[in-house]
Amino acid sequence: MKLALQRRELLQLGAAGGLALLVRPAQATAFEMQSAIANYASGAPVKTGKLRFDIPPLVENGNGVPVTISVDSPMTAAEHVTGIAVFNERNPQRDVVRFTLGPRAGKAVVATRIRLATSQQLVAVARLSDGTFWSHSVDVLVTLAACLE
Amino acid sequence: MARTLITSPATAKRGEVIELRALIAHPMETGFRPGADGLLLPRNLITRFSCRYNGDLVFSADLFAAVAANPYVSFFTVATDSGTLSFSWEGDHGFAQTETVALAVT
Repeated sequence: MKLALQRRELLQLGAAGGLALLVRPAQATAFEMQSAIANYASGAPVKTGKLRFDIPPLVENGNGVPVTISVDSPMTAAEHVTGIAVFNERNPQRDVVRFTLGPRAGKAVVATRIRLATSQQLVAVARLSDGTFWSHSVDVLVTLAACLE
Repeated sequence: MARTLITSPATAKRGEVIELRALIAHPMETGFRPGADGLLLPRNLITRFSCRYNGDLVFSADLFAAVAANPYVSFFTVATDSGTLSFSWEGDHGFAQTETVALAVT
């Protein structure tokens, strides 16, 4: 108990002492992405699996990148996917797209085209009817960036 | 009126899972890009897409700036009854467009 308090005090001191300045911007945006995902999941744990996120690992043109997200689900009234969201790490905004599905979808597969400003990590998150969240993250290399700047 | 391209089967068997694809001509201006004069171009996005099957919402999507120009969405639905599929796009500056296609279920 005493140790935990000491650690907390040390961290507070560290933050006050300007340790935050050492955090690189990439890590800051990764943190922003994690908080955007946590916000989508309303704080519920997000597990890895059940979901496949198809995107070319080497993107030649960031202006239109085809993505396909498929979720392993029977899509019945009792067990189906209610939502799929995609998050990025280094575009100006963390959100990419949020789909809302229902049991009438028949098949939990969605596809669209997105923009990527630079090489980064992308995360797809699926929300299931039983309240669980599943994710799959992919690292992509972008050779020609979408004109965002 | 923006041009749209919707791909859906004209007929389907009852219970069959059909693929629907929708594309609309739209610049999807992000609001982060400067124009020729150095000032930021105003944001002009489609923010919502929805598909209704005989009036029931079967699919919807919230689109953000990271969706490519001429937004394209592909998804699936179960053919239940003959009727109409309506695809709606809503966006900035009061943009709203709805297109309908007929589906015959045998």
